[in-house]
Amino acid sequence: MHTSTLIIVLLGLMSLAYYLGRKRSLNLVSGRVRDLHSLPSYYGLHTALWCGIPAILLLVVWISFEGSVVTSLVVDSLPQETQNLPPERLNLVLNDIRNLATGDIVSTTVDENMQQAADHYAGLQSISNMAMFVVALSLAIMAGYIAHRSISRQQRARNRVEKAVNFFLLSSSTLAIFTTIGIVLSVLFESIRFFQQIPVTDFIFGLEWSPQTAIRLDQVGSSGVFGAIPLFAGTFLITLIAMVVAVPIGLLSAIYMAEYAGRHFRSLAKPVLEVLAGIPTVVYGFFAALTVAPFFRDMGATLGLGVSSESALAAGVVMGIMIIPFVSSLSDDVINAVPQAMRDGSYGLGATRSETIRQVIVPAALPGIVGGVLLAVSRAIGETMIVVMAAGLSANLTANPLEAVTTVTVQIVTLLVGDQEFDSAKTLAAFALALVLFVITLALNMIALHIVRKYREQYE
Amino acid sequence: MNKQQQQQHERSMSRVEKGLARRYRQERNFKRLGLGAILMGLLFVSFLFISIFANGYTAFQQTFVKLDVFYDPEVIAPVGETDPDVLSAGHYGGLVKATMRELFPSVTNRRDKKKLYGLISTGAAFQIRERVMQDPSVIGQRESIWVPADDDVDMLIKGHIDLSLPESDRRIKDDQLSWIQGMQEDGRVEKRFNTTFFAAGDSREPELSGIKGAAVGSFFTLLICLAISFPVGVAAAVYLEEVAPKNRWTDLIEVNINNLAAVPSIVFGLLGLAVFINFFGLPRSVPLVGGLVLALMTLPTIIIASRVALKSVPPSIREAALGVGASPMQTITHHVLPLALPGMLTGTIIGMAQALGETAPLLMIGMVAFIVDIPGGAMDPSAVLPVQIYLWADSPERAFVERTSAAIMVLLVFLISMNLLAVWLRKKFERRW
Repeated sequence: MHTSTLIIVLLGLMSLAYYLGRKRSLNLVSGRVRDLHSLPSYYGLHTALWCGIPAILLLVVWISFEGSVVTSLVVDSLPQETQNLPPERLNLVLNDIRNLATGDIVSTTVDENMQQAADHYAGLQSISNMAMFVVALSLAIMAGYIAHRSISRQQRARNRVEKAVNFFLLSSSTLAIFTTIGIVLSVLFESIRFFQQIPVTDFIFGLEWSPQTAIRLDQVGSSGVFGAIPLFAGTFLITLIAMVVAVPIGLLSAIYMAEYAGRHFRSLAKPVLEVLAGIPTVVYGFFAALTVAPFFRDMGATLGLGVSSESALAAGVVMGIMIIPFVSSLSDDVINAVPQAMRDGSYGLGATRSETIRQVIVPAALPGIVGGVLLAVSRAIGETMIVVMAAGLSANLTANPLEAVTTVTVQIVTLLVGDQEFDSAKTLAAFALALVLFVITLALNMIALHIVRKYREQYE
Repeated sequence: MNKQQQQQHERSMSRVEKGLARRYRQERNFKRLGLGAILMGLLFVSFLFISIFANGYTAFQQTFVKLDVFYDPEVIAPVGETDPDVLSAGHYGGLVKATMRELFPSVTNRRDKKKLYGLISTGAAFQIRERVMQDPSVIGQRESIWVPADDDVDMLIKGHIDLSLPESDRRIKDDQLSWIQGMQEDGRVEKRFNTTFFAAGDSREPELSGIKGAAVGSFFTLLICLAISFPVGVAAAVYLEEVAPKNRWTDLIEVNINNLAAVPSIVFGLLGLAVFINFFGLPRSVPLVGGLVLALMTLPTIIIASRVALKSVPPSIREAALGVGASPMQTITHHVLPLALPGMLTGTIIGMAQALGETAPLLMIGMVAFIVDIPGGAMDPSAVLPVQIYLWADSPERAFVERTSAAIMVLLVFLISMNLLAVWLRKKFERRW
């Protein structure tokens, strides 16, 4: 039987437990609710929680250990010479056994021993499955029964249920911390393994990036050089182009929306601009690769310039378009946060609107705008799909926006998509790059949030 | 006012007036600049949509060719045979070829024959097999059926192949062109609504590929994502806003959430790769892992939106509930949550729209595999819509360009309707206290 069936059965049992618990509490006081400590539904919930939670916890533990226990039992039953194989080979044999047991394609010829092992494996699997079913259900029924018996007039059912809910709330909110820890650990461990093979200084200051590592010693063209400067330079170049597009357009449209536009115009134009923010990045990538890059290339050809078809310019401009709504909505917030009194004061002195904007509002809102731009920069640095689809793969160290450059995120994707062994320097390099990316964006966010918060306090 | 003062006043007034024209000009220019920026933004939006639409609308039609197929008993099975095993083993590809030879008896050269067969999609043989399996009594009879044309023919009919190019640079050669013209004159070529696009999974042949597999994969992924991120997100927001004491620990949680909201999405993909796949040993390319990763990614969005919604519930509601004897938890579940729910739902829908369009983290957990089958559950390997778009965008065939754009149009329709739903929810349930 399947695990999902078990979960459905458990949910059914929990609702039954709720019903029974509620009924028993009512029976105890023969319907006079005011004699109970808590409302009858709390007694029901209390019973249901006791019925469900221990069984579900058991289920989680069981499923996470089932695989390794069954595998080690199967390994013990294998003939001695197979057990003595090196771990990788043993793994292959185990895979074959598993495939045989589930009826998939097996890579080697099936012999007596293997058939036996597969039967053994299938047998153990079904025993474990049955046992899990029986144990989980009996645990649920038992715990539910005990909770049901324990219902009394004085039982503090509401407090207990609330404690459980409180625990759930607390653990949900700590998930954010666990996610951060998970990111840091998973990226850090692999990076440390990478830096054991490649020195940190070579990685951070190296001028050449060519991650093809040799499988055989005599292989041609597999230098395995991991100098990340060209990647940083490419990322910086594309981000710069994006900012050159996004900051003026975003900022000016925010100013116009906040200071000049009439109500009708705003209610029409604002949602349309916000559509840009909701478009998936893969769409921008396709747009860049299919429309914008050929457009720049053809325009370059008519001007007599050699523009690469994967130029940094195309990727940067499209990324800038993507970021426009981000910049404009952040700037909109800070411009609206500037107190009206400052505007009125400026108008009272005879300044025109544009003078007020340029000499009063923008300087006052500047910290907030800078914070917003920093957030946009961190967004651009971490953006992946546009550059994967529209920027190049070869790591050129150049400042010419018409040439193809590559970025950190592009390299992470190319290094990790596809099948590789997990401990080669090539794969680990992706994690080192991700570590750099994470640290830089984190730093930018911290600074930006700090600036924005400080600015807000100023006017509150 | 004495004379000197008056003089001074006039002098400064004349200075102000002299500068006035310049200042008004500056004012107008500045206003135009702002308007120009907005128009530029609007221009980009319309340019993007027009470019996608112009490339994609043709994909909703597909060229079909009418073939007079003779269900040859010698090729398929004897008349009266109903055993599905025998029927499915018939050589249906040969049937299509024989029909084409019959149509153009003048083609005898081997190489020319191959070009001739290339006009019809390889899917035609499967279509004929389906037909025979459904109704074995057609064996031995002749019937006119419409089968999909090859993608190159499709492109030609839709006018995407430049006939002014020299023959060697074209996917469609001159003699193929004359055959197609011959068929067109017989009324054997027709464009029809492309049902395959909505009913099939991925395929190497553009005319047989569809988005259903990816759409179903996206559905399961979003389901997992929603099932995790909505309850956890709301619970976290309630804890931070209503229950938690203000101390270092909750400050830490808050800082964490704000930072997670700005972590690049690809980093979440690496987290999924390292934790869910390498550590917990979950399989690659499945919606379960995709949903988990996207849930972690959308959590900050949902938490932040939910906190704003909770904040907007006025304290008087809480005080009233507490005043009539509700416990703090009852206050939250009976009064605050129902009032904040529309705002939370709006945030969740926006988060889900984000998750639906997300590609990069899914590339990291192996959701880029080429998968033909339509997934049946959260543990079946599958693609999702944006990844399908990415894969098709990389394919060299011209016919995939229009299919990519069409898939983008479908994705955008989903996203825009989700966003409209969110706007509608906000409008309908927005309350001013």
